[in-house]
Amino acid sequence: MEILLVLGFPLAGGIVMALVGHRHYAAEINALFSLASFVAALTLAVDVVDRGSFSDMDDLFFVDPFNVFLVTLTAFVTFTTTLFSRPYMRNEQARGKLSPAMMRLYHSMFQIFGFTMLLALLTNNIGILWVAMEGATLATVLLVSLYRTPASLEAAWKYFILCGVGIAQALFGTILVYFAAERVLGSGGTALLWTHLYAVKTQLEPTVLGLAFVFLLVGYGTKVGLAPLHNWLPDAHAEGPTPISAVLSGLLLNVALYAVVRSKALVDGAVGTPLAGNLMMGFGLLSVVVAAFFLPRQKDVKRLFAYSSIEHMGLTTFAFGMGGPVATFAALLHMTVHSLTKSAIFFTVGHAAQKTGTQIIDDIRGLIVTNPVIGWGLMFGTLAILGLPPFGVFASEFLILTTAMRDHAWATPFLLLALGVAFAAVFKKTQGMVFGDTTALRLPHSPALLPVFVHLGLVLMLGLYIPPYLAAWYRQAAQLLG
Amino acid sequence: MNLPIHAQLINLMAALLLLIAFAMLSQRRIMSLIYLFAWQGAVLFANTMIVAWGTGQTHLFYSALITLVLKVVLLPWLLHRLATRLQIQSDVETMINIPITMLIGIVLVIFAFNLALPISQWAQTITRSTLGIAIASVLLSFLMMIMRRKAVPQVIGFLSMENGLFFAATSTTYGMPMVVELGIALDVLVGTFIFGIFFFRIRETFDSLDIGNLEKLKQD
Repeated sequence: MEILLVLGFPLAGGIVMALVGHRHYAAEINALFSLASFVAALTLAVDVVDRGSFSDMDDLFFVDPFNVFLVTLTAFVTFTTTLFSRPYMRNEQARGKLSPAMMRLYHSMFQIFGFTMLLALLTNNIGILWVAMEGATLATVLLVSLYRTPASLEAAWKYFILCGVGIAQALFGTILVYFAAERVLGSGGTALLWTHLYAVKTQLEPTVLGLAFVFLLVGYGTKVGLAPLHNWLPDAHAEGPTPISAVLSGLLLNVALYAVVRSKALVDGAVGTPLAGNLMMGFGLLSVVVAAFFLPRQKDVKRLFAYSSIEHMGLTTFAFGMGGPVATFAALLHMTVHSLTKSAIFFTVGHAAQKTGTQIIDDIRGLIVTNPVIGWGLMFGTLAILGLPPFGVFASEFLILTTAMRDHAWATPFLLLALGVAFAAVFKKTQGMVFGDTTALRLPHSPALLPVFVHLGLVLMLGLYIPPYLAAWYRQAAQLLG
Repeated sequence: MNLPIHAQLINLMAALLLLIAFAMLSQRRIMSLIYLFAWQGAVLFANTMIVAWGTGQTHLFYSALITLVLKVVLLPWLLHRLATRLQIQSDVETMINIPITMLIGIVLVIFAFNLALPISQWAQTITRSTLGIAIASVLLSFLMMIMRRKAVPQVIGFLSMENGLFFAATSTTYGMPMVVELGIALDVLVGTFIFGIFFFRIRETFDSLDIGNLEKLKQD
């Protein structure tokens, strides 16, 4: 029942917003729908604590420790993003960048985007998972080009074509999984259900599943932003409205990675060799290194943090690839803290860019003088994402690095070097933006900075203390994924 | 050859599909590409009907019906309308080197058949021999998207890739379950609408539908 509410609110929100999304109260209604979905997700989480994993509605949906925490996280960050987007989009409108029709499109697609992500997480059917992932691309592609500037059109076109081609590979992978499963489970719906597939995973044909995983990894990996398939990501983040950058980075990448990791658990059982893990480690490591060396060259602040997302998704993919209870635990924790921190950073970056009227790093100066809260928010966010203790990113990166040293010592020099380069590049650039003389202006609508500090506070808490039920979920999920 | 009549017909359809894929690769005119895309859909429809009739899989009749409505009528009609409204019916793409493209295409077909070999070995469908052609048409559509410099042919390449995947699903497993197929059809339809919106926005901003205009964002 809660599942239907979690999905129903954003879907209804999408329809309502398509009608009233341009009204002056639209931002509040938008936030209310997301709040309702978040509350439903919380009750769902409580339900899983009580009952353990279960499937619902004739096996159409299922919930286990792995997806329930992602569902809660997704609903939470979607909600806080609506709080941020309220003054942000009003400022944009006050500057004449957006027409009422654009606001309607924005609000409606924002809700639909949330719906597709939650559907991808909750569905039991790998075919529906594919449909939802493609739906997420379709919902966001018009948002990336919302401002209709030449650069935003280019970014959206690239995003559409690259992710479209990528996701087509994933469809072929899905067909192959169905083909292998059909021989064991018989034709009809059940051969595409995660719960049934996991039950028979050792009987599936290894050659076919190995090939299927390659296609699934390349397909969903494009959406995770793994190098060398990451080209769309910095453009889409830089050119779209900032609330969309925040949910793309904080949530969509996680959902795509969720699809990859679920597939890995299935394929590992069938193939019996570390093929899937090795592929993920390779792509992950490459992404970390490539992103780290692109970071120092960035001039646009949103591109800078987009590359940082590629780096962190690479690190998470690498950790999932290593497998084992500790690395998987660390990867799940890293997914959570990256999503919270990165969306908080985009919130502050959005307001900073509005105040200074530019996204060019060199032109953003002295945030701390005019608005200390934005300045400190960006500074703390940057320190958190760079993995400084006591923030949660430090804990997860420390666990990933120590596991890598023990199991895959060859990879650690690359990881340490990349993290070092990333630290130097991002810290230097942020310092310039936060301190120094100022160019910032006053905004017509005062920024919403509460979400930033709520996110950073949570990340800080996760660095110092992980609540027992969350730790239990992570452990159960790690066990589930092997 | 002692193949039953429907198996022979399926092989014929597969051969036609490969032929259309190559024809699309070498076609410079946008309107002809749209007609070829409609023909591709028609062959897919015929193929799905034959498989449904030969195997008695009733759900394939429905999926054939979706193919007929969506890929033979609706999408080509939409593309045709777009091309008329954008006044690009007589557009000709001159920048592509056809002989080289065809040669790469042949290499891709050989690769596709090798890739299909270990999979079709495990298949028990009467259509298993056509998997190689399915993968080949996916790869050829992919090649077409890479080679084209204009927005509309790129999108036709994208849609025909989806056609190839649909063919792959029919040849290995007699098609995906209905709910998934409906979802995919919905995505394709919505995607085409969004592409249509894009064409107008790109034209408005750049005064042409040349993708070369969309290479300003730096790679760094």
